[in-house]
Amino acid sequence: MTDFSTWDIVRNLLMAARWTVLLSVFALVCGGVVGVAVLLMRSSRRRSLRTVAICYIEVFQGTPLLMQLFLLFFGLSLTGVEVSPWTAAGAALTLFTSAYLAEIWRGCVDAIPRGQWEASSSLGLSYVEQMRYVILPQALRIAIAPTVGFSVQVVKATAVTSIIGFVELSKAGAMISNATFAPFTVYGLVGLMYFCMCYPLSLYAKKLERTMNVSR
Amino acid sequence: MSLVKISGLRKQYGAHQVLKGIDLTVGEGEVTAVIGRSGSGKSTLLRTINGLESFGAGSLEVDGVHVAVGQTDLRQLRLKVGMVFQQFNLYPHMTAGKNVMLAPTVVKKIGKREAEEIARDMLARVGLADKFDAYPEQLSGGQQQRVAIARALAMSPKILLCDEITSALDPELVNEVLGVVRKLAEDGMTLIMVTHEMRFAREVGDQLLFMHEGRIHERGSPSHLFAAPGTPELANFIGSVG
Repeated sequence: MTDFSTWDIVRNLLMAARWTVLLSVFALVCGGVVGVAVLLMRSSRRRSLRTVAICYIEVFQGTPLLMQLFLLFFGLSLTGVEVSPWTAAGAALTLFTSAYLAEIWRGCVDAIPRGQWEASSSLGLSYVEQMRYVILPQALRIAIAPTVGFSVQVVKATAVTSIIGFVELSKAGAMISNATFAPFTVYGLVGLMYFCMCYPLSLYAKKLERTMNVSR
Repeated sequence: MSLVKISGLRKQYGAHQVLKGIDLTVGEGEVTAVIGRSGSGKSTLLRTINGLESFGAGSLEVDGVHVAVGQTDLRQLRLKVGMVFQQFNLYPHMTAGKNVMLAPTVVKKIGKREAEEIARDMLARVGLADKFDAYPEQLSGGQQQRVAIARALAMSPKILLCDEITSALDPELVNEVLGVVRKLAEDGMTLIMVTHEMRFAREVGDQLLFMHEGRIHERGSPSHLFAAPGTPELANFIGSVG
């Protein structure tokens, strides 16, 4: 039985933490892109598009991320489609993130006064033009703080992907803890690392909330 | 020649009828003032004319552009009709100049330089030539409303609708906005304005409409109607607003 120094543990956890960071960034970027699409459908004038968007949001917000992950990973392989843990994790987190971001951003779009829509309508702008030039630039300012706040949830949600064998911070923690028989040290370090990722984001969100409220 | 032709226009929200058959023609260069109590349908009528409100029956035509019941593509109508709102509704994230430039560049695809020229002209026309780079929050209410007028004018509409455009202003700022409107009227702009400024309606208006319970209850020349209201409702209204 080899001996592990604390440094060995920390070093291995840090290596795995890179995947947590990468997965979080991937989920936020892809979830953001899909989220904008869902948002546009959600606030569209066409009822059919709105219904599709509402179903999408309800399904992914109303079921546990773990189930979504299982369905993508195990469910798809039952139908013969081989899915790697990385693909399943990335896809599940993208779906999860986009559903929440679409809803957060819709709140921001709804917060823009109706007069902005009316003024731009009366000047002949189409829906897409109104969104692009008038509504979204204003909604964006309001959206930054809650979006950064939500990114904390995404970072923590990546831990779930350890279940399907994706080696990120939590999975690495479990593996190292099994090898070292020092769960308290290992999970303490794991927790600390999550905190080091999330706390600055929370602080940043708070700061943005203050500054965005006073500026234009 | 009549620019606006409205006949039998009706609108209802559920069981509540807001417009109960409006007939109205407005000639080119004519100034129409609309007065009446809140809830009489005057704002709804105005908002119908540029398609912000749909209507249930009747017909609406502005400068040859005919709008059918339930029509959703209203761009042609909106190119003819400009509108100024009670709450200004300037885009807060853009300077005054950009506020004016947006629709000409986006809707009419006019080049940036030309659009800027138009914007500077229009801002000068409302007396704000030096405020091109100011953001709305840096302007007084009266100045914001004048930018809103410039923004509407930049699309060279055939007719300008003014929906209680001085109602949200401090009393000392009302006159600078009315002054701009008066100048527009003198320049031959066709105007329909919903207003509480009775004296102004009387001075500038060619035609006065008194709306009551979703109908045009009385119409005629302002001086005549104010001097000799034909119905007790109008007499009452004039009495109550002083």
